[in-house]
Amino acid sequence: MNLALPILVPVLPALGAAAGLATGRRYPGLARPLAVLPVAVSAVLALVTALQLGTGATLDAGTRLAPTGGPDLSLALHLDGFSSVISVLVGLVATCVQVYSTAYLKDDPRYPSYAALVSLFTAAMFLVVYSGDLIVLLVGWEVMGICSYFLIGHDWEGADARTASLKAFLVTKLGDVPFLFGLFLLGADAGSFRITEVLRTAADGGLHHPTLIALLLLAGVAGKSAQFPLHTWLPDAMAGPTPVSALIHAATMVAAGVYLVARLLPVFLLSSAALLVLAAMAAVTMVGSALCALAQDDLKRVLAYSTVGQLGYMTGALASGDRQAAVFHLVAHGAFKALLFLTAGVVIHAAHTNSISAMSRIDGLRRRVPDAYWTMGLGLAALIGLPPFAGFFSKESVLTAAEHAARGEALTGHLGPASAVPAAAGWTVLVAGLLTALLTAAYATRLWLVAFHARPVAAAPADAPYSPEPDEADPAHAEPGAMRWPLWVLAVPTLGFGLLGLRTDWLPALLDGEPLRPAVATVALGLGAALAGILIAYAAWRRAGARTAAGQPAADPGRLLLGPAYGPAQHGFGVDRLYSALFVRPTGAAARLVRFLDRAVVETYVRGAGAAPGWLGRAVRFAQTGNAQGYLSALLAGAVLLAVLVAVGS
Amino acid sequence: MHLAYPAVLAVLLFSVGVYGVLARRNVILVLMSVELMLNAVNLNLVAFDVWLRDTLHAGQALTLFTITIAAAEIGLGLAIVLLVYRTRRTAAVDEVTALGDRHEADGQGADDQGADDHEAADAAKEQAAA
Repeated sequence: MNLALPILVPVLPALGAAAGLATGRRYPGLARPLAVLPVAVSAVLALVTALQLGTGATLDAGTRLAPTGGPDLSLALHLDGFSSVISVLVGLVATCVQVYSTAYLKDDPRYPSYAALVSLFTAAMFLVVYSGDLIVLLVGWEVMGICSYFLIGHDWEGADARTASLKAFLVTKLGDVPFLFGLFLLGADAGSFRITEVLRTAADGGLHHPTLIALLLLAGVAGKSAQFPLHTWLPDAMAGPTPVSALIHAATMVAAGVYLVARLLPVFLLSSAALLVLAAMAAVTMVGSALCALAQDDLKRVLAYSTVGQLGYMTGALASGDRQAAVFHLVAHGAFKALLFLTAGVVIHAAHTNSISAMSRIDGLRRRVPDAYWTMGLGLAALIGLPPFAGFFSKESVLTAAEHAARGEALTGHLGPASAVPAAAGWTVLVAGLLTALLTAAYATRLWLVAFHARPVAAAPADAPYSPEPDEADPAHAEPGAMRWPLWVLAVPTLGFGLLGLRTDWLPALLDGEPLRPAVATVALGLGAALAGILIAYAAWRRAGARTAAGQPAADPGRLLLGPAYGPAQHGFGVDRLYSALFVRPTGAAARLVRFLDRAVVETYVRGAGAAPGWLGRAVRFAQTGNAQGYLSALLAGAVLLAVLVAVGS
Repeated sequence: MHLAYPAVLAVLLFSVGVYGVLARRNVILVLMSVELMLNAVNLNLVAFDVWLRDTLHAGQALTLFTITIAAAEIGLGLAIVLLVYRTRRTAAVDEVTALGDRHEADGQGADDQGADDHEAADAAKEQAAA
């Protein structure tokens, strides 16, 4: 097949980004076409590449980039079903986001640079997906990190955006340092940075430190994919514009870590310790983030914590040794979470607030944003995992994988023996996954009910001051078309993507070929947990509503459900405060000490070195009176002194 | 004649010259003191020439050189004195201090203090001379 197509996929958005940055200030009219067209063309090319590659085929091509003396660096492509599926998802979401952004950031003076950064980000994600060389993959990985930093800090006038962007950058970098060493160690053990070579070495048992490598890589994965204990940056990253959250913090960048583990799963299968760590990480992340999501009032933070939890499902599937399920859930989640974030953007745009309790006081919000109302419903149903939405099938596949791993029959396919996955990892993921299914259903239901269905009687009196917005004249068209139709485009995979897993010759043929059909036992458990969650949340909401009607202060169903845990959950269980006490404050103190040493000690020496000759010079200047007789007297005195010295000395 | 007499005379002359150069204010007198010192040297040259019985009489020859140079030097010196007197209306050597450290106008307090001391000293000297 023609190699130009897959090469153009990452190159086009990068060129678009460069052109957008170069022309953005002088020709702002060009910014929109330069933002949308390259990404859209790349999305089409990614689809064409996937279709040309077909099922079950892989493509490897590479050229040596730089001899290093050790393992060579090469500019390599590696295309297979996984990269095809994910690249199509990235293209679809990025195109939707770019189109959506043209309307969402219509009046933003920094739109050209924003759009260029989104394009660059898309290019980097394509590079990560297509790269066949670990170091080139790392380049894309880091470019994504820096783009994420810039995009979160887009509204840098606000302090929270600045701190959030710095936090995201530092926390992900904290994971990237061990990740880099993991890559070096992997390259040194395998003698090559080519992924195919690495996997071959892993299959032959040529890796000498699989546990160390896997744990080092896991640190980077935890940072990028927002897994405990490096998850804290993602909820704060919601300070960025909503389309950025949709693209980066839901569909693509956070998926990069999962994708990398899926790619290198044979390496991880060599180390049961790493799988256990991965499973524990996934379990803590899932349950903790779901509890936090139940307590959040900010719509975007609810979605952010839910992203963290869903990423936990993916890492859980990987810990169970089933990369098919992980990628299945990755793509399904990428679609429905991007949809959820974009609808959240529309709702926030219409409601002029992020707070769902404030939204509950707005009368007729759902009639003002009907598209967002319905598509958010679809997205939340997929998040809960109701059939026949995509989330149901992908979540069931994760639970099935965990269940198989718990029984010691992990679905590792041809990547390794089923016994490579410890049963404990499977049990951990299964139990945490079921608990999270319950909690996820509860917080999604709570979000839906509180934001759109609250009774406005007691919360907002009928004569409350209310200023109509200019765009309310036609509620059906309150939002521009560019903000409405991407929702429906993304609603299609949200609805139908899961069905692709039903037959082994559809999606599974593209991946590892194992069936992705949900098993009866896990369906019963998972669906039961989800339905129970919905019912519990509904009951709590009814009780909260009854309290409100009785004149008592309005209560959040999340507060009723969580009880005393509500406060800690709202603040992420104090992880931020713990990190602040453990790392941020000592670092700040050390920085202040260094500043003091520099200002008070080092600078004193420098100033002294300058000042001492100055004083000496001032003293010597007093001798320069201009009186010739004085000079002569000094000359004579000196001559006499020398003469005496010579006389005495000899 | 014993060598001591001209030597002591030369020392006395030289000392008077040194005193004059260092202590007199009038430029003419300073120049005269310089001549005294030169002549003390001349006296030494002649005396030692005789005492050493030098066949080439290098001392006497050198004395002639010194006299010639002293004549030229006094000519130049008097010319300078005349010019200084014409431009500055003074022949006092301690008032011709234009080449000294001026202490910039924007200098620090210590500099100003030094300049003040200097002027005060000058004024005191003038009073003493009057």
